[in-house]
Amino acid sequence: MAVVENNGNGRRKSPFSSSAFATVLKTLGSVIVTMLGLTFVTFIIGRVMPIDPVISIVGERASRETYEAAYQAMGLDKPILVQFAYYIWDVLHGDFGMSLLNARPVAEDIKRVFPATLELATIGTFFGVVLGVPLGVIAAVKRGTWIDQVARVVALVGYSMPIFWLGLMGLLVFYGILGWVGGPGRVGIFYEDIVPTVTGMILIDSIISNNWDVFWNAVSHIILPSSILGYYSMAYISRMTRSFMLEQMSAEYITTARVKGLPERTVVWRHAFGNIKVQLITVIALSYANLLEGAVLTETIFAWPGIGQYITTALLSADMNAVLGGTVVVGLIFVLLNIFSDLLYRFFDPRAAK
Amino acid sequence: MTDTNMQKQTLREWLMTDTPTSRRHAKFAALYSGWLTLKSNSMAMIGLGILLLLVLIAAAAPLLAPMDPFVQNLGNRLQPPGTEGHLLGTDSLGRDILSRMIYGSRITLYIVALVALIAPIVGLLVGTVAGYTGGWIDTILMRITDIFLAFPRLVLALAFVAALGAGIENAVLAISLTAWPPYARIARAETLTIRNSDYIAAIKLQGARAGRIITRHIWPLCISSLIVRVTLDMAGVILAAAGLGFLGLGAQPPSPEWGAMIAEGRRFILDHWWVATMPGLAIFTVSLAFNLLGDGLRDVLDPKEGGHS
Repeated sequence: MAVVENNGNGRRKSPFSSSAFATVLKTLGSVIVTMLGLTFVTFIIGRVMPIDPVISIVGERASRETYEAAYQAMGLDKPILVQFAYYIWDVLHGDFGMSLLNARPVAEDIKRVFPATLELATIGTFFGVVLGVPLGVIAAVKRGTWIDQVARVVALVGYSMPIFWLGLMGLLVFYGILGWVGGPGRVGIFYEDIVPTVTGMILIDSIISNNWDVFWNAVSHIILPSSILGYYSMAYISRMTRSFMLEQMSAEYITTARVKGLPERTVVWRHAFGNIKVQLITVIALSYANLLEGAVLTETIFAWPGIGQYITTALLSADMNAVLGGTVVVGLIFVLLNIFSDLLYRFFDPRAAK
Repeated sequence: MTDTNMQKQTLREWLMTDTPTSRRHAKFAALYSGWLTLKSNSMAMIGLGILLLLVLIAAAAPLLAPMDPFVQNLGNRLQPPGTEGHLLGTDSLGRDILSRMIYGSRITLYIVALVALIAPIVGLLVGTVAGYTGGWIDTILMRITDIFLAFPRLVLALAFVAALGAGIENAVLAISLTAWPPYARIARAETLTIRNSDYIAAIKLQGARAGRIITRHIWPLCISSLIVRVTLDMAGVILAAAGLGFLGLGAQPPSPEWGAMIAEGRRFILDHWWVATMPGLAIFTVSLAFNLLGDGLRDVLDPKEGGHS
């Protein structure tokens, strides 16, 4: 998944030399090309959508003149490459155009909805790391025992379960039957719009305004969707941790450490685990990126006003600019997280710099 | 009795031989030993069993389904599981859920089969051509692959379906369009390792052209790693198709597609849980089966990776 390229020569490079600078430049170049391509693909998709964007603005009963005027105002009469160039120019200035649905700038909409997704994905990743890493380590150390089997089943179920269905089942059991958590939405209806928006993340905003009622209500709402995302993150992280650890545990230095008489805990956590940290961080970054994607379906189930729900709503109402903007932003974050994990790997793990 | 036993023994011996008498013999022997390894993996066999069952159910749907999956009976709506004549209950239009799920297996298989054909073939083409020719063709093809890889898959599929219009065929196209890049990566990596080997050089000296080398001598060697990947990917394909159906972008009502059935049951989830629960269990079972089989196949076909996971 990551954009790793082998540069061909087998020499090992010092991470902070001039060739490291070249690597950064090269990576930057590939990010720009990827982003341009990504934007172009979304742009083309937006242009071939079967629904006429002009009609969704002026309405079906508009006169021919109104239609033509709007058509020209939207720049739809120009060649598609010119339109694309305009679009890129605007995007570079932080302008994604106006939403066709609510006539507000898409950039503003995205800024408003994005923190909700960020909050959800962050807490989900947190659960995934806190549970997944120890599970993976223990499964590797106690390979073949019942705990390894449990870890295997946890991961298999995570890879096989439709996330939207798990969300529904979670709502049914924990909200409908047991009543342990809040229902869909970010806060209960009586708590809406009480705390002023600072970061857009309701947990943080309620702490800032010292409103603990809202905070606890928000916690009861976020706990279920973030646990469900966290489960998927845990499945992935625990599997990867396990295979990294197995690789280390079979290495000769581990035998040496054991022969020296070090306690098993030191061997496992200091020696073996210490060597997989960099790999783990890259995996966590990738899992974070995946959660942003998983959020699309989860947000639909939980009526969570984040970017996933924003994109799906926009899609279903043919709001071209909103779809484009949302997709480009999600894609950008995805690319950046990939690059981040890739660079980390190159700089801190000399084995990968080969 | 003893006669058939004898024959079995000899067939087995013929397959287990260390000294194959012909190319075909060697091929069968290799397949057989792979099958033996797979057979010893009980998890993989469970997965294979579930999938075979699914194919049987889909093939015999009209015989197995107790009711017509499309016939509505509004007087009999939202009956709980176990109601007489409706083992898994009825949905909001009084249709029998079990019958709909049985027919839905056909749609799932249809989607899986098409994606399993389209995506790996596109990936194989792109990957081998890029890997074999090298140079700027390689750079451009791999750059395009990277762009598609950079996209969050579901979001891209959503956007494609929105552009193409909702429906099963378009969902298949959209999923294939998002699924091919990993195959291209694998095929290219395999090609790069094969490209400079001696036997390719020998074929070149015999005067074979690039097209022939790629199709006859590189493709066959890429197949096994692609098959593993396809099997493991199918779980994701099923989930993606169900997700699109759930969002109303895949199969359209009244089609008994499992994801769409969940979407329909979602409105009554708190009072009539079975409407959304049953099709979800079906999706889970099938994608679990693909995961189990894929893990097993990886151990057989790709032993160098099998040891770790």
